[in-house]
Amino acid sequence: MSIFVDENTKVVYQGLTGSQGKYYGLLNRAYGTDVVAGTNPKKAGEDVEGIPIFATVGDAVAATGANASCIFIPAPGVKAAVMDAAEGGVDFIVVITEGVPAHDEAWFYNKLERDFPEVQLLGPNCPGIISPGKCNIGITAGHIAKPGGPVGIVSRSGTLTYQALYELQQKGIGVTTCVGIGGDPVPGTTFIDCLTRFEADPETKAIMMFGEIGGSAEEEAAEFIAANVTKPVVSYIAGVTAPPGKKMGHAGAIVSGGKGTADAKMDALRAAGVEVGLNPTEAGELMAAIVAKL
Amino acid sequence: MDLFEYQGKQFFARYGIAISPGDVAFTVDEAVAIAERLGYPVVVKAQVLVGGRGKAGGVKLASNVDEAREHATNILGLDIKGHVVHRLWIEKASDIAKEYYASFTLDRAAKKHLGMLSAQGGVDIEEVAASDPDAIAKIWVDPVDGLTEAQCRAWVDAAKLDPEANEGAVQILLKLYEAYVDGDADLCEINPLILTTEGEVRALDAKVTVDDNSVFRHPDYEEYDAIQHRDEREEAAHEKGLQYVGLDGSVGIIANGAGLAMSTVDIVSQVGGTPANFLDIGGGANADVMAGALEVINNDPKVKSIFINIFGGITKGEEVANGIIAALDRVTIDAPIVIRLDGTNADQGRELLAPHLSDRLQMQPTMLEAARTAVALAEGSAK
Repeated sequence: MSIFVDENTKVVYQGLTGSQGKYYGLLNRAYGTDVVAGTNPKKAGEDVEGIPIFATVGDAVAATGANASCIFIPAPGVKAAVMDAAEGGVDFIVVITEGVPAHDEAWFYNKLERDFPEVQLLGPNCPGIISPGKCNIGITAGHIAKPGGPVGIVSRSGTLTYQALYELQQKGIGVTTCVGIGGDPVPGTTFIDCLTRFEADPETKAIMMFGEIGGSAEEEAAEFIAANVTKPVVSYIAGVTAPPGKKMGHAGAIVSGGKGTADAKMDALRAAGVEVGLNPTEAGELMAAIVAKL
Repeated sequence: MDLFEYQGKQFFARYGIAISPGDVAFTVDEAVAIAERLGYPVVVKAQVLVGGRGKAGGVKLASNVDEAREHATNILGLDIKGHVVHRLWIEKASDIAKEYYASFTLDRAAKKHLGMLSAQGGVDIEEVAASDPDAIAKIWVDPVDGLTEAQCRAWVDAAKLDPEANEGAVQILLKLYEAYVDGDADLCEINPLILTTEGEVRALDAKVTVDDNSVFRHPDYEEYDAIQHRDEREEAAHEKGLQYVGLDGSVGIIANGAGLAMSTVDIVSQVGGTPANFLDIGGGANADVMAGALEVINNDPKVKSIFINIFGGITKGEEVANGIIAALDRVTIDAPIVIRLDGTNADQGRELLAPHLSDRLQMQPTMLEAARTAVALAEGSAK
């Protein structure tokens, strides 16, 4: 099995008529994702290589049965696009766009929690999600992931996610689902959301979790793992040598006031029984050893 | 982006938050003219984006024109922890009865806005939080609801300020929240928030950080970009639109993706080397971006070797290789380069690079081996 998305996921791409949306939307379709619609209020009735365009997500849902959306809208329009998706009736929303203001993120996260509690938001500023062989939403190169399990992956960083997928593929290890939760301060989906799903998914036997400096999401995940996760977890945290007060590429990757350091995160994870690799390759090797014993 | 105190106060003033009369000066003569206009005593304050100004001699009281001139002369050009003072804020001195603390920021764990208010102001709030956490009254505000006046009053009551300060504090905090949200701030901090001997509540300092991602709806924020504290290398990278953070070591680093770039910095340290920088060239690796990145690193005199760490995802290995080859044609690089190329079509990419390899341009199959080679090269050429 997989978490969040599978072969029954029908995806509407908000921004399919833009260059990024079209490029990745078509790549996702070529991978096998059921890309059923796009939206653009000015181009309703047109199509992108056979994919029909609707004015709103609600129209797309009514006509195609879409149950997930992927947002490639530029940052100024993301807040409205997220609300269009939630009001339109999809229950999974992936925001790839980077550069969304933190106040917008905090607002729509809380708005969805309150008015659309059944909706799961992923991102913003994330690479998306892939359940290999079934559904790929976002910008992950699908062919670097081996389908089937037994490993579930969750990561804040895109390229490190690819690295993890690739290392497992090289070792012949499959993946149930790989979730990139993104590097922004208010991620819609957290480590804990993914750990909960992976723990409940019978085909996921082990979990790989890649974190980075900034915030306390890894510490919270460690606490959750200690109390609720029975499956083995391997982790890697990027940014051990990051200087305080500097944003390391991602808006959320910053050590401030002595908080959010990689060392503190690794300590918390080790204390929760997680095996921590000092680099992505080492994490891959730790996971391979676990999988060999399953 | 961080604002200077005076910019923070001007930001506050736009939302009706009371500040002391004052003005910004770039020269001693301007400072004196402002002091004369305000009337004495005035406070001459260094404008730098670093804490500890007072201890460094960057904040002085002037009772007359001679003192104003003397302090302005001494403070302009002063080096405070590597930040040279180019601007002064001249402000009418306040009669302070009490000093409090107030701030709004995002609580990432709670995903709510966090307001902090304390009767212990004018000191480092981290120290208060450590020594006497109960002295800080906290309020979590749901961004959808905003801060209501009733919530704000209860919060001020909980902070146990002096009763005569309560009404003024409520009014200022409501405005501070508005400034924080409407102004897309990551942080709005007033330390100290003062009660004057006349019973007025005012912001005596202003620490404001605005969200870089919000510039599209605040075009005036572009002016803050120019004042951000960057070294020469960081400035050059910033002009090229590269995500760069300067470090002190000898191994220059180029990687695609923030996570991989952080990871590369880490691994260079783990194998005993010292990274010169963090540099994320983004998902792809085309010739233009690669050439720009190499130029920035090449201009860093401390760099003795360069480690290019690329993982091809959607961008294929051969495109990455062609980007590197084209960039190397355009830029003459002083330090030897080690490339690690992996991911989609990495084999084709490596084949393309093969004819270009030499002592000056090496390739290694894994991140770890590439890091070791780059570190060895850096140390070898340092001898």
